[in-house]
Amino acid sequence: MSEPPRIRIVAFLCKWCSYAGADLAGVNRTKYLPNVLPIKVPCSARMDPELVLRAFSEGAAGVLLAGCHPGDCHYLKGNYKALRRFKLLKKFVSQMGIEDERLRLEWISASEGSRYAEVVNDMTTKVRTLGPLNWRREIAIEA
Amino acid sequence: MKIGVYICHCGTNIAGVVDVHQVAEYAATLPNVVVARDYKYMCSEPGQNLIGDDIRQFGLDGVVVAACSPTMHEPTFQTAVFRAGMNPYMFQMASIREHVSWVTLDPAEATEKAKELVEAAVFRVSLQEPLEKRRIPVKQAVLVVGGGIAGIEAALKCADAGKKVYLVEKEPSIGGHMAMFDKTFPTLDCSQCILTPKMVEVVRNENIELLDYSEVKKISGHVGDFKVTVVRKPRYVDSTKCTGCGICVTKCPGRALDEFNLGMTKRKSIYIPFPQAVPLKAVIDRDSCLYFKKNICKVCIKFCSAGAIDFEQRPEEVELEVGAVILATGFKPFDARRVPEYGYGKFPNVITSLEFERLTSASGPTGGKVVLKDGREPESVAIVHCVGSRNVNNNIYCSKICCMQSLKHAHLLKEHVPGVTVYDFFIDMRAGGKGYEEFYRRVMGEGTIMIRGRPAYITDVPVNSSEKGKLILVAEDTILSSVMRYPVDMVILSIGLEASDDAKEIARTFTCSRTADGFFLEKHPKLAPVSTPTAGVFIAGACQGPKDIPESVAQASGAAAETLAMMGKGYFELEPYVARINEELCSGCGVCLNLCAYNALERDPQTGLVNVVEALCQGCGACVAGCPSNALDLDGYKTKQVLAEMEGILA
Repeated sequence: MSEPPRIRIVAFLCKWCSYAGADLAGVNRTKYLPNVLPIKVPCSARMDPELVLRAFSEGAAGVLLAGCHPGDCHYLKGNYKALRRFKLLKKFVSQMGIEDERLRLEWISASEGSRYAEVVNDMTTKVRTLGPLNWRREIAIEA
Repeated sequence: MKIGVYICHCGTNIAGVVDVHQVAEYAATLPNVVVARDYKYMCSEPGQNLIGDDIRQFGLDGVVVAACSPTMHEPTFQTAVFRAGMNPYMFQMASIREHVSWVTLDPAEATEKAKELVEAAVFRVSLQEPLEKRRIPVKQAVLVVGGGIAGIEAALKCADAGKKVYLVEKEPSIGGHMAMFDKTFPTLDCSQCILTPKMVEVVRNENIELLDYSEVKKISGHVGDFKVTVVRKPRYVDSTKCTGCGICVTKCPGRALDEFNLGMTKRKSIYIPFPQAVPLKAVIDRDSCLYFKKNICKVCIKFCSAGAIDFEQRPEEVELEVGAVILATGFKPFDARRVPEYGYGKFPNVITSLEFERLTSASGPTGGKVVLKDGREPESVAIVHCVGSRNVNNNIYCSKICCMQSLKHAHLLKEHVPGVTVYDFFIDMRAGGKGYEEFYRRVMGEGTIMIRGRPAYITDVPVNSSEKGKLILVAEDTILSSVMRYPVDMVILSIGLEASDDAKEIARTFTCSRTADGFFLEKHPKLAPVSTPTAGVFIAGACQGPKDIPESVAQASGAAAETLAMMGKGYFELEPYVARINEELCSGCGVCLNLCAYNALERDPQTGLVNVVEALCQGCGACVAGCPSNALDLDGYKTKQVLAEMEGILA
């Protein structure tokens, strides 16, 4: 029996809080599942819905967005802007038939290394159960 | 495009889990990669030289280093490639230590993830563009928030170096908690005697402008050029006229609890916080003043020969412009009521360590006499360590100062009350520090009875005649392995240190983060202990975590040195990440205008299109994500670059 394909979850982490939180998980040697691949962005507000959709179309089995806790944004209110966009995007994505667990927005602060690990493990486990998205093959979106 | 890829072993930190040779071999097969190597320590001098030599030999115009987190060594490698003639923004780091080797159990999976991250970095660097840092001039003035020992020290250091200092203190006097202490451990220096000269120097120093009884309301701008709004609370006394003579205080009929003596005594409604207060000016407490309550009295006006009383004072806003900020906002003592089993607030003779400081102080409520609430001298006293600290129910951390504070109190008790029996209940004795262990031995030699065990509870219900009228501590002496009852007259709870109540608000105002326990987060726990992730904002003293006076002073000096280094250079280099607009795509819809928190976007009145004001742009990218025409993009985080990174991950 061949091994199931490795699922990949793309994580867009804001560089002030969530990327630093992920760093802290490393410094603390907190072990977590290897399927979430981080991309550093300046702020959760940099997250263009287009980037999320492109991630799904390029073969990501899930997309994690993470930013500073409400009120703690380095750019004052970027995370609120991200949250508003996320709500719309979430509706759109579910109408496209993509399961709820595949797209998440989380607030992870620079001191929450263990929380980053928990989110990664939880999301990976859920997305693994769903399996790969294969959106590219099934819907064949023109990039 | 010619890219060099370097995989760091980091000793065994990475190579112990990730198959670094395999990753390097894989990298060599990626598009545009002309050289891929792995090396034991990329950040070492030979490691950096390796990159430089390759840049010259192969004519590289892109470099990827897969090593630790970019937070750690990105600047190191950017400098290295710059020295070899490459633009530092043609460099990308893949974090395969913090994000791979340290967090992944299975070596095969770790190697796979490392390959994906390296591929992402290679794809990204192929589309990166040379950028130049922005240099901004640094205003030669600093805002210090908090006038405790840390704030005072930082202010004095900066002022001595010739910089303009604004010291903001929310209370009517500077001095902070240190002004309340009687003696300091382990030397037993009188706290006031070593602090007061520094407090006086603050008002004497012509470079320092003290904004007492004031709070920071708002801060905008960025490193080098902060604009700060400070609110001066009304004292109802004109500070320029008040001479501090104190006649108003003697005549005032209003009474309120004295904050400086922790409510153990009363003060007048018009008062000077303590005899050595700086500035030595009276202040009226609105809540208890008869004029404000009932519109009567005005006795102070009658007796003030300087005519300083001004009931019409209103809060006043002051605008400041500074290049840097030092936060020294201190701590809050733990509220002992949160440990109800010790009966604080119920038994009058259970007091906190801070209250005991006031009891032994000559300016305290008893004039320096250690007495019970009924005026008798105690025959026996128990000191309890770790109240509110090292406990999952309150705070898990060690408050660090309480062991030494307790030992100091044991000593002071023996000094003030001859023949007193002192029990000292500790979990572990933590006397790390210069001269601290020696002090511990000295106190043991003075006959203090050391008991290793945390009292379970304190009761006033006696079980035999010797316990009558006493407070009984029930504790397990863990060395004897037996539960014992200790009847005493007085209990001193050595309370821990907590983040101050307004720490959250302050963190928001200055956009700095806090750790889970509420204290301010430093940029790096080892190498940048007084910096915050926000450039130009530094931290000093107990606002960063529990610490004693020598440590607070050392941190304050460190924060001042950071500030002065930045000011001495005269400019600060900002990352070149700014938004750019493609005018051919901009429709002038204006969606972005509301998204920008910094007013960095403005509509050109002639064309109706939007312009980016580069100097104001902070590079968050909120406008880029919001632009419906894709007319905006962010240097360093262009959509095509982020997409490339993503494609690398998913390839």
